[in-house]
Amino acid sequence: MLKLTDIVARGAIVAPLKGKQRDQVIRELIESMVASAIIDREAAEHLYLRVLDRELKSTTGFGKGVAVPHAKDPRMKRISAAIGLSQSGVEFNSLDRQPVYSVVLLISPDDQPNEHLRAMEAIFKHVGSDVFRRLLRQCQDPAQVWSLLLEADAQKHNA
Amino acid sequence: MSTRHEVKVTIINRLGLHARPAMSFVDAASVFKSEVKVCREDTEVDGKSIMQMMMLAAGQGTELTIIAEGPDAEAACKALKALVDAGFEEE
Repeated sequence: MLKLTDIVARGAIVAPLKGKQRDQVIRELIESMVASAIIDREAAEHLYLRVLDRELKSTTGFGKGVAVPHAKDPRMKRISAAIGLSQSGVEFNSLDRQPVYSVVLLISPDDQPNEHLRAMEAIFKHVGSDVFRRLLRQCQDPAQVWSLLLEADAQKHNA
Repeated sequence: MSTRHEVKVTIINRLGLHARPAMSFVDAASVFKSEVKVCREDTEVDGKSIMQMMMLAAGQGTELTIIAEGPDAEAACKALKALVDAGFEEE
């Protein structure tokens, strides 16, 4: 299985998120990817619209307080994700109509569909765990999130 | 009367079982009263849970077994196989 720390960019962890609405939060996470040089400014606007377009087709707020918005971009060399945490919850049009507390924005290259699936597998194996989700929600800053991802990759939370 | 049915399927669409086809599968499975499990090798997930279905990482060419158990198990297997065989209406 792919490691979370191989997918998530260390500089693209936003905790806490400022936004309370889906589009604001997607914007914050895209900006964190620009700031950590995963995508360039020019790609950012395009990707923002691609991710929103995908949400309008069907929500990626899959329930249990988690959303995994995503898009593909031919300029990406490898898969990369940003993580955002909200204390108060984000309005995300989720399947279960509940607010979202953890958002993983995943940007994949155009031509590696299986890598995209493997990244989704890794993300859902972890966020599907009640223990992992609880620990993630308790993180106060990006450093704590990164530590948790390292621990999760070492398989400490597969309860 | 409760019965158990299973059917093998192969993912044919190029992008595999990504989020949107997985949602279509879950929506289609949820119509039935039967319990629906989907197996890939030694991984078994709930076919009515999107979060679990995403753990299959089923790319193009992946073989899956759909197992339904309940009053409409046969119909569930048939409908879900048709959905997968149609490539989820994707390329």
